[in-house]
Amino acid sequence: MKTVRIGYLTRVEGKAELDLTIDGEEVKDLKLKIYEEPRFFEALLIGRSFEEAVELTSRICGICYVTHQLSSVRAVEKVLGVEVNDRIRLLRRLIAIGGIISSHCLHLYLLALPDVLGLPDVFTADPKLLVKALRLKAVGDKLVELIGGRGVHPVSIVVGGFTYTPPKDKLMELAQSLKEAKKTAVESVPLFSADKFPKFEVDCERVALSNPEEYAINEGRVKSNKGLDISEDEFRAFIEETQVPHSTAKHSKVKGRGSYMVGPLSRVNLNFSQLSDDAREAAEASGFKFPSSNPFAANMARLLEVISLIDEALELIDAYREGPVRVPFQVKGGSAGAITEAPRGMNYHWYSIGDDGLIKAADISPPTCQNARRVEDDLREYVPTIAHLSEKEIASRCAMLIRAYDPCISCAVHSIEVKVKKL
Amino acid sequence: MKLKVGVFKFTSCSGCQVELIRMNEQLPELLNLVEFKYWAMASSKLEDGPYDLALVEGAISTPECIEEVKAIREKSRVLVALGDCAVTGGVPSIRNWMSQREAETIVYPKPGCIRSTRVYGIDEYVKVDYYLKGCPPRLENILEVFKAVILGVKPRLRQHPVCVECKFYENECLLTTYKQPCMGPVTAAGCGAICPNVGRVCEGCYGPMSDPNIASMVERLKEIGLSDDEILRKFRKYAGMSKLYREVAKL
Repeated sequence: MKTVRIGYLTRVEGKAELDLTIDGEEVKDLKLKIYEEPRFFEALLIGRSFEEAVELTSRICGICYVTHQLSSVRAVEKVLGVEVNDRIRLLRRLIAIGGIISSHCLHLYLLALPDVLGLPDVFTADPKLLVKALRLKAVGDKLVELIGGRGVHPVSIVVGGFTYTPPKDKLMELAQSLKEAKKTAVESVPLFSADKFPKFEVDCERVALSNPEEYAINEGRVKSNKGLDISEDEFRAFIEETQVPHSTAKHSKVKGRGSYMVGPLSRVNLNFSQLSDDAREAAEASGFKFPSSNPFAANMARLLEVISLIDEALELIDAYREGPVRVPFQVKGGSAGAITEAPRGMNYHWYSIGDDGLIKAADISPPTCQNARRVEDDLREYVPTIAHLSEKEIASRCAMLIRAYDPCISCAVHSIEVKVKKL
Repeated sequence: MKLKVGVFKFTSCSGCQVELIRMNEQLPELLNLVEFKYWAMASSKLEDGPYDLALVEGAISTPECIEEVKAIREKSRVLVALGDCAVTGGVPSIRNWMSQREAETIVYPKPGCIRSTRVYGIDEYVKVDYYLKGCPPRLENILEVFKAVILGVKPRLRQHPVCVECKFYENECLLTTYKQPCMGPVTAAGCGAICPNVGRVCEGCYGPMSDPNIASMVERLKEIGLSDDEILRKFRKYAGMSKLYREVAKL
């Protein structure tokens, strides 16, 4: 029996710890404990105006604020019966792309890369590599800022569209940086290729939005590799949430089945053919074969998305024409939900709004809540394969697997401490 | 000698840390001047103090947070409240206006396992040297604090209202001209008037300026047709627990 303890799981957003007890190859006990302080967003929205939902739910997460704003705005618009125009949809897709590039690069280069390089952080990595990587991240940041009016917690997204028309010439200027950034992304394929990560395959349900028209981000049907195929309105009929005593993040599962994975790997697995040519070529070179059942392939999936979404951003900027970006609407009560793909996976927002425009109830299921149980199940299968290693090594491998999900714990609750105990 | 820096997180969204990371390619330059001794989101190397500079993000909302923030204070020469949650409790403090049990029951089926208290800024418990207001504070302001601490001078953080910055951009006044409920006149500047710049009212995300005329602001909001409840919601959003706004909140 071995007992290992790591302080605070670092290089993830938020606070959590892992409790693990192993007897031989058998996992006796395993709990991903999320001790992030709860913030009660669903409660503090009550009595607020429908217009404030976008602004307030953005504060659920300081990394994936864009997706929270977009799920929120779409859900509220469904309640009110607002139909936005194609220009608004284009800009929403473009800002979502900016958000995903920014978040994925933060994860890949600052949080995950140290594992590959065997360093505690990237601060001591080659400054040349660091500057290039951060320039790549900066184009995502800039895209969000140009459309959203601010980098973190953008301000221009409102019910009915945007408060201002982003200037086409500014976006065109950014196109040049996007092209440079794409080179860095393509060059990074060897950093996150299959030979850098454990060979660990696990069969599980992988769920993502899917849309025949485009690589699904802001709209699509909820599909999985196990035959799930439902509309976003049916989300709660098929996905249930439970509270577990060891976590302030609620756990999700597909009703009648079990835990499931959301995020870049689920998306790439399900919608691989819709990635850009260069992204699919990069996949060939990566050593991973998609669809992949190795959870560590999520890092490569992130990089493929960065490449593909830069290609798409360039097309969208080209197609964009300035013009009206706000449609009129009338306030009316009702309830509706919407899902967008956050960098970490499906992000569900549902609101009930009164005829006075005030929010009566809210239900929010960010991706890390949905992944929480799956991470535990993955670890249960993974730990026996590494049980022969030292406690320190087991802890570090487990941390790496948790990190591959890029958990966003503030989101889930609306650090991870790893404690490994070998019996 | 590099400045020894610790970055800590309590009840928050991490957006202020993400804003700091938005320095992007300037990061290697900053690393020439500072050493991050403790920054769990970015590094697995977690070194104990003393720290020359502690940046504390997040509000205090559990008994554990109170002990931790006091321990951080003892180890830090300069302690900075990074962002609204640390300054006044921020958006999470909205729940202070409802009963704790009500908030817990709405979100969690079994609220018995949830431990949390009322939400406050960190200066409810420790002395704060500088306040970086904003949700999030703008990167330039965060870097101003780094520069000032490195140079051993006081950081220059704006105390005047957003209106001053708004005028620099020659925006038409949303409050007086368009009768829209803009919080600019009572809100601390530092954002660069980003909301009026993109055609929306200031929502007050930097909290109160140094000496706001709150009574006059409330009058003006009433004049343009806001109900008492709507006015309360404006003041109870980003900085409802600030000493200046608690008075209005009693309206």
